[in-house]
Amino acid sequence: MTSADLCDLTGSELAALIASGEVGASEVVESSLRRIEAVDGDVRAFLTPTPEVALERAQELDAHRTTGAPQHPIAGIPVALKDVLSTMGIRTTCGSKILEHYVPPYDCTAWARLSGHGSVLVGKTNCDEFAMGSSNENSAFGPVRNPWDLERVPGGSSGGSAAAVAAGEAAWALGTDTGGSVRQPASLCGVVGLKPTYGLISRYGLIAFASSLDTVGTLTRSVRDAALLLGAIAGKDPRDATSLDADVPDYLSSLEDGIRGLRVGVIAEAFGEGVEPGVRDAVRSSIDRLAALGADVGEASLPHAGHTLSAYYLIAPSEASSNLARYDGVRYGYRAEGGADSVEMMARTRGEGFGAEVKRRVMLGTYALSAGYYEAYYGQAQKVRTLIIRDYERAFERFDVLVSPTSPTTAFRIGEKVDDPMAMYLNDIFTIPANLAGVPAISVPCGLDDDGLPVGFQLTAPVLREDVLLRAANALERDLGLVLRPGLLAGV
Amino acid sequence: MAVEIDIDHVARLARIELTDREKEQLRRQLGVILEHAARVGEVAAEDVPPTAYAIPRSNVYRDDEPEPSLPQAEALANAPEQEGGRFKVVRVVETER
Repeated sequence: MTSADLCDLTGSELAALIASGEVGASEVVESSLRRIEAVDGDVRAFLTPTPEVALERAQELDAHRTTGAPQHPIAGIPVALKDVLSTMGIRTTCGSKILEHYVPPYDCTAWARLSGHGSVLVGKTNCDEFAMGSSNENSAFGPVRNPWDLERVPGGSSGGSAAAVAAGEAAWALGTDTGGSVRQPASLCGVVGLKPTYGLISRYGLIAFASSLDTVGTLTRSVRDAALLLGAIAGKDPRDATSLDADVPDYLSSLEDGIRGLRVGVIAEAFGEGVEPGVRDAVRSSIDRLAALGADVGEASLPHAGHTLSAYYLIAPSEASSNLARYDGVRYGYRAEGGADSVEMMARTRGEGFGAEVKRRVMLGTYALSAGYYEAYYGQAQKVRTLIIRDYERAFERFDVLVSPTSPTTAFRIGEKVDDPMAMYLNDIFTIPANLAGVPAISVPCGLDDDGLPVGFQLTAPVLREDVLLRAANALERDLGLVLRPGLLAGV
Repeated sequence: MAVEIDIDHVARLARIELTDREKEQLRRQLGVILEHAARVGEVAAEDVPPTAYAIPRSNVYRDDEPEPSLPQAEALANAPEQEGGRFKVVRVVETER
């Protein structure tokens, strides 16, 4: 094996090579850095690459290994972090002009845990501003481009993380998922995207968008990697009051148990109009494969599915309008010149510092929470949320996992939907329900459409049943046996 | 029907200065989005309790033990302007003339 293609291996494969002493962390990290050098001028997944820090860390790990001291399986594996996750001493922009020069004084817990296990950061990835978007076009620093077709979006908001993993720039990455922001870009870039149960991974140091929905998630090139990475960062954190006090099982131990006998519910509402034929066909044929593997397949229903988008676009912007009040030009971030008093300074700072989508959502949320409208909008949306949770509870009485497309479309063209916010929002119609209900969901690549673009297959499980979710996803992945290599990499 | 909203009022509440072009665009776009969002009202939910968090937790306390906190210099390091160990802002209170 030459070190030139180490970066195309999965995290689990790299872990085995490192553990056996066949390769060192430095070789693995150098391979990733070379790939970034080769392709990121086109893909633009990274806002802040960290090659010096990465090499130094890898050398430390290699030196440490020669002492014979035990290391965590993920030690030495290159990771990319979405730029909404705080990294001490490394600029964290949220894809926003308002935080362009912000350098966090502390690490988020997810990264602190990875780092503690010897994970190597290769850079911070581009995203839609404050994680608001489905295409990465809302980044103040320009869009990421999809490695499968550079004229197309990678999805969003964790588009940089998904593209980096698809292009081999990092073995795996962390993103965040508030309404589909890990799963949808995973779907559009042909990688695996896991959004765990709300509260399973600490949100401490994740710069807030919508606190009742925000979830840290993983982007990987295999389901096994998702299981390995999740196990390394999940679990109670006293610094996040919403983190769950749940045991973290060994997700790898049940991973190969197969899907025979599992009850699989096909969400009836997820095959209506708006779903591209290429998506529908690939997902349908994967469902047939699951049945052939011995899964007990039936039809499931989420009767309030039709109202999830409406509820989401009241709840998320309302919470965002409150969370983003902190960008006032006083304690950190951009400050506009020339405001005569503090209110004018703040308004001008926010007018100049926020991009169009962030303004749109803060305005929407401010309106929905304002006197006279609160009950009709936010109050009612929270009741609909209760009904969606009950829909899932009822469905999970009959099924172990629910399946649907991840996104109604494959990767669309850059610029295609920028002027039509509603069309953009509809891209998240199948991913949003899991956020409202807090349940875990995963997107697994299940084929290519006629344009050669990846299609994502979504599985959803009950609260804290990541073990079942990963096991079912792994069975599908194994059976399909897809070899996914974006066209971009043909010449590398 | 698209919802009519008073953009100037909402922008004032949100503390966002908008250009005339932005106001016009937002009036139109928010009208369309709210028309869609207002569909939550179609759902009969009078006797349904609201959910703020899908997985509710209450009274989550940490142990009351002193821990190191952020040193002043680090807390101030990202401030646009600082002076004498404090965040510096433009005048907040009005003075008598």
